[in-house]
Amino acid sequence: MGNSSSMLTQYDIEEVQEHCNHAFSQQEILSLYNRFCQLDKNSGGFVSADEFMSVPEFAVNPLAQRLLRMLDGLNFKEFVAFLSAFSPRTTRQQKIEFIFKVYDSDCNGKVTFDDILCILRDLSGSFMSEQQRQKVLTHVFQEAGYTPDSSLIFSDFMKIFGNSELKMEVEVPID
Amino acid sequence: MAGMESTSAEMDLDRPNLEEYLPSDSIHGSGSPKNLHLRDLLDISPTLTEAAGAIVDDSFTRCFKSNSPEPWNWNIYLFPLWCTGVVVRYGILFPLRLLTLLFGWIIFWAGFIPAHILLKGQEKLRRKIERKLVEMMCSFFVASWTGVVKYHGPRPSMRPHQVFVANHTSMIDFIILEQMTAFAVIMQKHPGWVGFIQKTILESVGCIWFNRTESKDREVVARKLREHVQGVDNNPLLIFPEGTCVNNQYTVMFKKGAFELGCAVCPIAIKYNKIFVDAFWNSKKQSFTMHLLRLMTSWAVVCDVWYLEPQYLQPGETAIEFAERVRDMIATRAGLKKVPWDGYLKYFRPSPKLTEKKQQIFAEDVLRRLEK
Repeated sequence: MGNSSSMLTQYDIEEVQEHCNHAFSQQEILSLYNRFCQLDKNSGGFVSADEFMSVPEFAVNPLAQRLLRMLDGLNFKEFVAFLSAFSPRTTRQQKIEFIFKVYDSDCNGKVTFDDILCILRDLSGSFMSEQQRQKVLTHVFQEAGYTPDSSLIFSDFMKIFGNSELKMEVEVPID
Repeated sequence: MAGMESTSAEMDLDRPNLEEYLPSDSIHGSGSPKNLHLRDLLDISPTLTEAAGAIVDDSFTRCFKSNSPEPWNWNIYLFPLWCTGVVVRYGILFPLRLLTLLFGWIIFWAGFIPAHILLKGQEKLRRKIERKLVEMMCSFFVASWTGVVKYHGPRPSMRPHQVFVANHTSMIDFIILEQMTAFAVIMQKHPGWVGFIQKTILESVGCIWFNRTESKDREVVARKLREHVQGVDNNPLLIFPEGTCVNNQYTVMFKKGAFELGCAVCPIAIKYNKIFVDAFWNSKKQSFTMHLLRLMTSWAVVCDVWYLEPQYLQPGETAIEFAERVRDMIATRAGLKKVPWDGYLKYFRPSPKLTEKKQQIFAEDVLRRLEK
């Protein structure tokens, strides 16, 4: 096991490509496979939370723990599907869908005031008091026409994001 | 992976402004603060993108990646040639080298043991003989990999109040430098036969031990360093400020310990020629024995060593700035890329302070926009 891409057959690559709706080219999938193998140090077939956290740039991200819950136990196919939201080839709607999934921790299709508060807590840490966070969120909720006990569904998200610019892309290095 | 504990504040002390290197765009974009809307709070895409970027590629992991060499034996003409090469390397060169090494060891012990025991009274003479023997043994080691080392720059002179710093690729760095000059060295304690050699032989050239996993270790080591540098009779101290082996294409941050001793710092740059063998020792993937065996079954170890001009702490410069300046010199000379990561992140998690910095930027931005 190592950096050799000969472990993936053409069939495997095409299957992965299907699964991520052609978000990545075959070359990119090969690169991602090398990266996956590099991260998966014990060759368990998936990257554990510990192995993700050994990337310092990831470990310092305020949403690392949140994302780890989504990344835990993913095999390579699912790993690529996860990253597909960051491909330039995915639509804006798919990207907003991903953001929705990050908020919707219990996967019931609804994002509540508390869910958003949770993420806000991760992002602001000890530099905002719980009171301040509640105040900010209530304020923007009301401004947008929602009450603190309303839960947002995906179409609400689409409406809120409107037509504003959404930059959510990473470049997969092809060596 | 062993012990990825979160660290105490100690880890921060060696690091200058990491934020300068990391992408930390304000969550809500740059420019004059605008009113805060629900959309702005919900849009966590910058943070998510940073995380995804780190998952896809990151500069820290790149420092420890050993690129597998391109297979050139892929067709019917080159394959037999490669096979012949394998036979020569494993069948002819390797036994010869092993014999050379054994021969060297025999001569070494034949000289070292008597000198160690019989000259117990005459410290100066005993030390001198032991140092010469260590230098000789290192030359034997270098010969056992067919080491072709080109030294550039003036040879280090034996003076007190100086330390030598070099970039670190493998434990053989020490052997290559030691064959020219008997340096004292500061090393991580290793198990096995390496540990045995550390205890017996290296004591004679002067050695300081440290243990990465002990938190109080830093102060103890700092004190030992200072004592050594002031001692007139001691060999010049060789320090690898990166604290860990890096793949000879990048340099990680230098620890400031070597730069706050109040003496001259002489930089040494080492660059290995990858065409012959990749000398990077990935201590997580192989033991030192396997690493040596790999070197002994390759064609040669070719490297350049540059002794650079001694540097002094400039007025108004902090130890960290001094360390960065010297790292700049070494990286430029040896053609290495600099990354802003602490080598110890191989063994420990990054300090929570870095995350807190990001949280602070976000919180301040939100609160500021709320006031409007």
